[in-house]
Amino acid sequence: MRRSVFIAVLTAALVLGMGTVAVSQKKFPAGAQQKPETTEVKIDNFSFGPGTLTVPVGTSVTWTNRDDIPHTVVSTEGVFKSKVLDTDEKFSFTFSKPGTYPYFCSIHPKMTGKVIVE
Amino acid sequence: MAGRLKDEISHDHNHDGIDRRGFLKCMAWAGTGALGVMSGGVLKSYSLSRLPELSTKAALGELSFVQISDSHMGFNKPANQDVRGTLKAAVDKINALSAAPEFMLHTGDISHLSKPEEFDTVDQILKSAKPKDVFYVPGEHDVLNDDGKQFLERYGKGSKGAGWYSFDKKGAHFIGLVNVMNLKAGGLGTLGHDQLEWLEDDVKHLKHSTPIVVFAHIPLWSVYPEWGWGTEDSAQALAYLKKFGSVTVLNGHIHQTMQKVEGHVTFHTAASTAFPQPQPGKADSPGPMKVPAEQLKSVLGITDVHYVQGQHALAVVDSTLA
Repeated sequence: MRRSVFIAVLTAALVLGMGTVAVSQKKFPAGAQQKPETTEVKIDNFSFGPGTLTVPVGTSVTWTNRDDIPHTVVSTEGVFKSKVLDTDEKFSFTFSKPGTYPYFCSIHPKMTGKVIVE
Repeated sequence: MAGRLKDEISHDHNHDGIDRRGFLKCMAWAGTGALGVMSGGVLKSYSLSRLPELSTKAALGELSFVQISDSHMGFNKPANQDVRGTLKAAVDKINALSAAPEFMLHTGDISHLSKPEEFDTVDQILKSAKPKDVFYVPGEHDVLNDDGKQFLERYGKGSKGAGWYSFDKKGAHFIGLVNVMNLKAGGLGTLGHDQLEWLEDDVKHLKHSTPIVVFAHIPLWSVYPEWGWGTEDSAQALAYLKKFGSVTVLNGHIHQTMQKVEGHVTFHTAASTAFPQPQPGKADSPGPMKVPAEQLKSVLGITDVHYVQGQHALAVVDSTLA
């Protein structure tokens, strides 16, 4: 009797454990396919923060201009280019290939940043 | 002997025995309300309280013009929520000048976001100024999203390239340059090869005694490169102007008055009519500076310039809108 209770508890624990593994295995790949991870870059005081951002492939990066002055987000190598962003306006780009993507503000070219996609 | 002299004077392009490195170099906060008179390459400063002594016909000169800059029409942030009102105040100031200016120079950032209605508003307000001719060069805010197409259509008739040109008034040669296009990551303002070539050709046949006035948006001298306040290839442009006895360079962009004299060249930046910016390095960024409302007009302004023919002198007078 005692033995069978022990086995039942063990079995339940194993089933639960496997269930947890199964759920977690299922969850992440499905999430990546349905909706890309989103990461923010904030523009404050004429600088991009963070200046260097490392993200996995498939990430959508959103830049938000929080300055009182308009800025742009322009890839140095012509990969992406925002329209001019006035205060609180945003620009997003989804990085589908690994690599290093340097960018700058074409209005204030001293403002530079880069996105590293792994 | 000749060899020794050559060693001492290695950059004597004017054949006047003056080495460029030996030129008077000074950099001073002109502050609003200061008057600089350049004569024979030496800057003399006068405070505005001494203006009456200078306001003879000779001091005021035969050619007067006014520079306005950075009207940023469309800007509506806390630093100034009424840029129309302050531009109108600038026009009132111009209309009240005792020696009526013959024309105006606008050194860029006419608009804040290159919107047609912003340019329209500025045009409308400037119509009430006594001087009817306005000569423009673009600021980076005037060429957003369309590589300056709209600016050229509105203000660039008869200009070359991205909007550069020259004209003559009463023996003085005026040159409008564009240094806000094709800016490179990490860099400063840029004139570019084509414009520099044009400039070299434009001044080639002028007499060395011709007074030269150059105007462009971003300073043509290194004010504060950390904030992008300078022009990458301005040294090349200035090399073409080295032979002239009197060169006055008028810029905007930094929303404050500043002056520097280097040899025969006087550099000057004008105040904005819209909002002030901090002194170089005195804030986290060059963004708009908020001052108490009652002080705003004392940090905005216009620049009034007088040229005395034959006297080799240009007087640059800043006055605030207060």
